[in-house]
Amino acid sequence: MKPTALERWAPWLAVVVLLVVWEAICRGFQVSEFIFPAPTAIMQAMIQFAGPIRMHAWQTFWTTMIGFGLGVLVGLLLGLIIGSSRFMYRACYPLLVGFNSIPKVAFVPVLVVWFGIGTVPAILTAFLICFFPIVVNVATGLATLEPEMEDVLRVLGAKRLDVLLKVGLPRSLPYFFASLKVAITLAFVGTVVSETVASNLGIGYLMMSAGASMRMPLVFAGLIVISVMAMAMYELFAWLERRMTGWAHRGQQGSA
Amino acid sequence: MSASPSAVVGQPFIDFDRVALAYSPSSGNAIEDISLTIHEGEFVAFVGPSGCGKSTFMKLCTGLKRPTAGTVHVDGQAVTGPLKIVGMAFQNATLLPWRTTLHNVLLPLEIVQPYRSRFRREKAAFAERARQLLAKVGLKGYEHKYPWELSGGMQQRASICRALVHQPRLLMLDEPFAALDAFTREELWCMLRDIWAEQRFTVVLVTHDLREATFLADTVYVMSTHPGRILEQRSIELPRPRDLEITYTEEFIDLVHQLRARIGRIRKTETPQ
Repeated sequence: MKPTALERWAPWLAVVVLLVVWEAICRGFQVSEFIFPAPTAIMQAMIQFAGPIRMHAWQTFWTTMIGFGLGVLVGLLLGLIIGSSRFMYRACYPLLVGFNSIPKVAFVPVLVVWFGIGTVPAILTAFLICFFPIVVNVATGLATLEPEMEDVLRVLGAKRLDVLLKVGLPRSLPYFFASLKVAITLAFVGTVVSETVASNLGIGYLMMSAGASMRMPLVFAGLIVISVMAMAMYELFAWLERRMTGWAHRGQQGSA
Repeated sequence: MSASPSAVVGQPFIDFDRVALAYSPSSGNAIEDISLTIHEGEFVAFVGPSGCGKSTFMKLCTGLKRPTAGTVHVDGQAVTGPLKIVGMAFQNATLLPWRTTLHNVLLPLEIVQPYRSRFRREKAAFAERARQLLAKVGLKGYEHKYPWELSGGMQQRASICRALVHQPRLLMLDEPFAALDAFTREELWCMLRDIWAEQRFTVVLVTHDLREATFLADTVYVMSTHPGRILEQRSIELPRPRDLEITYTEEFIDLVHQLRARIGRIRKTETPQ
């Protein structure tokens, strides 16, 4: 089923409506710029501080990407280990859940003590916050392999590695790509949280210092930059997911 | 259809000698005291109520499980590990959704020796073989379709092709037609009958369907439950090649009726007091 033209433009329409309503409220109720700046004021700030915003955004972007990259690597590895062994699954899963429920903000001061203020704690926070969904999804993909499928291959003398490469891995790819979309947005959260607390670079820091000097439009500009970056990356991975694992989304392509 | 009629029975191929298997020391035997001989090229069917250890029997035959007692010999050798001369198909077609039908059928050749080491070099020849096999089961033109684009019956045909592509000497079928509608099932009986008549591998068919067993097999084994034992071995002397029409003859119906009565008795003794 193809979306109609109206459906395709719907997200942009929603953005425009939101901006218009926002602007109208700010003007209509004469809300102070220091409390809640109108979109036009934010736009002005963006243009005025384009240079610093670009610099800090770039910092946040690559910090996030490194943290995310680490998360993918470690997440994939742990997911493989946990997913392909029942024992490891049992042993490690509760530990991971416990670890994941620690608020990562609370962990930033520890990282600062270990690594000092700056980029490293931000990278690590992004990593810590984003690897969990990847582990869980990859492990689930591997652990839910049909036993018959395994028998078919084992009768032929397939080793565990064969089963993993021919069936397990391809089968868990849709789970993996789905988790990447979640993980990338989480990674941005991790970076920015760490930057607001313990850095003098990055969008998080920019927002903190702008807030401290009562430059509300700049704070909001920072927020928008982050969400645009995160959204762009999300879309990239959503596209990648459709490209790589179209077979898992067959419902949309018709015949069952 | 093949010209070679009735079952020309070959050498003893699978030999069970007082075999028992318990999955864990505390649980009772899943199957017990199984002694039988299956000859090369024979088509045997196992029937029995659920839980009679038919799947256990298959695992023992193929070397996926070792017996707790007794010995299993296949082709004159004691079974110690997975046998590579076996093809398997199940009630679920278990085709890989990211592979086309053709590549699903080719999968075993990527794994089992000696094909495995030759796969890259002779891929075209192997693909041709898979294509011929698919054509034989009526899937010509579906080679590049994905499994979800096939009907249930077609998926099962492809699954049987996958089980046969490495030219196994033993084909193990675990209720392969159970999930299909009656008409498709009968079509697939004939498909299996023809391909078996042509290639003459040994077939072990596990099924709940007595008509299926009677129509296809040379020998039908009736099994009991908890633990699984062989209660009866029944040769099916119906002439080959068998046509679907045979299923409406009195002789056929009598056979099915007798088997049904045998299983009815097991179920009665099984029902809780």
